[in-house]
Amino acid sequence: MKCDKCDQPATVHLIEIVNGKKIEKHLCEQHATEDGVAVKMSAAPINELLEKFVLKHSPSQEADEVQACADCGMTWEQFRKRGLLGCPGCYAAFDDALMPLLERAHEGGNCHIGKAPRCAGTDELRQQRLMQLRRELEQAVASEEYEKAAGLRDQVNQLERDQK
Amino acid sequence: MRGGGPHSDVVISSRVRLARNIAGFPFLSCASRAQRDELVDIARRHVLGSGIAESMLWVDLPDSPPMDRQLLVERHLISRQHSQGNEPRGVAIAIDESVSIMVNEEDHLRIGVLRSGMQLDDGYAHANQIDDILEGKTDFAYSSTFGYLTACPTNVGTGIRISVMLHLPALVLTGEIEKVKRAAKDMHLAVRGFYGEGTESTGDFFQVSNQTTLGRSENEMLDDFQMGVIPKIIEYEHAARHALADRRAHVLDDRIHRALGLLTHARLLSGDEALALLSHLRLGVTMGRLKDIDLVSVNELFLLTQPAHLQKIAGQSLDGEQRRRFRAEFVRKRLGASRSTGSG
Ligand SMILES: [Zn+2]
Ligand SMILES: [Zn+2]
Repeated sequence: MKCDKCDQPATVHLIEIVNGKKIEKHLCEQHATEDGVAVKMSAAPINELLEKFVLKHSPSQEADEVQACADCGMTWEQFRKRGLLGCPGCYAAFDDALMPLLERAHEGGNCHIGKAPRCAGTDELRQQRLMQLRRELEQAVASEEYEKAAGLRDQVNQLERDQK
Repeated sequence: MRGGGPHSDVVISSRVRLARNIAGFPFLSCASRAQRDELVDIARRHVLGSGIAESMLWVDLPDSPPMDRQLLVERHLISRQHSQGNEPRGVAIAIDESVSIMVNEEDHLRIGVLRSGMQLDDGYAHANQIDDILEGKTDFAYSSTFGYLTACPTNVGTGIRISVMLHLPALVLTGEIEKVKRAAKDMHLAVRGFYGEGTESTGDFFQVSNQTTLGRSENEMLDDFQMGVIPKIIEYEHAARHALADRRAHVLDDRIHRALGLLTHARLLSGDEALALLSHLRLGVTMGRLKDIDLVSVNELFLLTQPAHLQKIAGQSLDGEQRRRFRAEFVRKRLGASRSTGSG
């Protein structure tokens, strides 16, 4: 629903009874404030209300110290916003920051128990190598270096064959 | 969904899902269009080429009409999320609908196995076997610390989601359902509605599933469900049904016959109303208080009265008002036929 006075979406809705007649008002935040039916203050964060202050972020190990994932480039901040990791390498990259979150989500569980792939162990190094090759391949294709891409694709295929 | 299976008076279906990602690729949030295409190619090739089921369908979702996608959602073969958007993705479905493998949903692969009634062991055995087959074809992202690596850290580890769909009308009627829900939540289990993820439970149907995947093995989780929580809930529901039949039979029969009356005479039926009435009808059938309607017919009606199914049956698209009319007409006919040809 649009504001009665402009094209902004109406966020304040009022019903008044004047002389036995029902009057409805639908206003955007700005017009509601101008009409005096809403007080803007309550909605605004404190740092927008005060005119002068010193802002000090408490040291958050999360945002400041965690390096972006080297494999996919995802930052810890981006992960916090989306809730989804960028690649398998993110688990190792965000290891420390992720741990408390994992423990909360899994009733204290922080280490895998259960099924493992048949060739687990030797896998992890090869998986990293595969990831790297595929990234280079992606770049080669993007920059139209097709010969290089073909070579990389051969390496990927070779590596995938080796596993079995 | 349509068949019976063990404990089918209370348990509608058992479902096991494994989340897997193909090694060497980023998760989907960071994958390029070309990589998503490649993932679909790889997954389709391996899934269709490994004899997982006698016949498998492949549905390329961006190419399929909206009505088809909706139909797959209504059959619980894909998630609502997977039915939307135009990024490369698809689903492989065993022709008997016991297996559905979603490709490029939140993870590269979501291996899903569905069984009627209480059959989690069988369901997991099948999912595990499919996982083994696919693992022989491609490498899955895995670390010895974190297990199978998934896009969302809440699925990491076993990547397993065990869900059981329950029909608990007596616990709803007696009001004891809240206790059951609280107990399930205390055990860190999620309780969802008929339409799954993101829905409140609708009416008398509850989907109970695990929320944790790291630090406990698949078999421990399965045991929790099979020896612990599900038999307990079945027992409570049975006790509530017996209590109703013993002490408030007239109330119980009123509910059941009122539902039958409305279903066989209404001229307009909304989806929610149909779901609520069919639930009471199902209660009457499973308790032997409605003798000339069979459970299979009732179970089928749950499926067929959903919007996309109705429109397929009608052979045309219907707006909301037309759907309510057509649904009422369809249910009247079905129940009329079922009653006159029934054995009762
Ligand atoms: Zn305005
Ligand atoms: Zn990453």
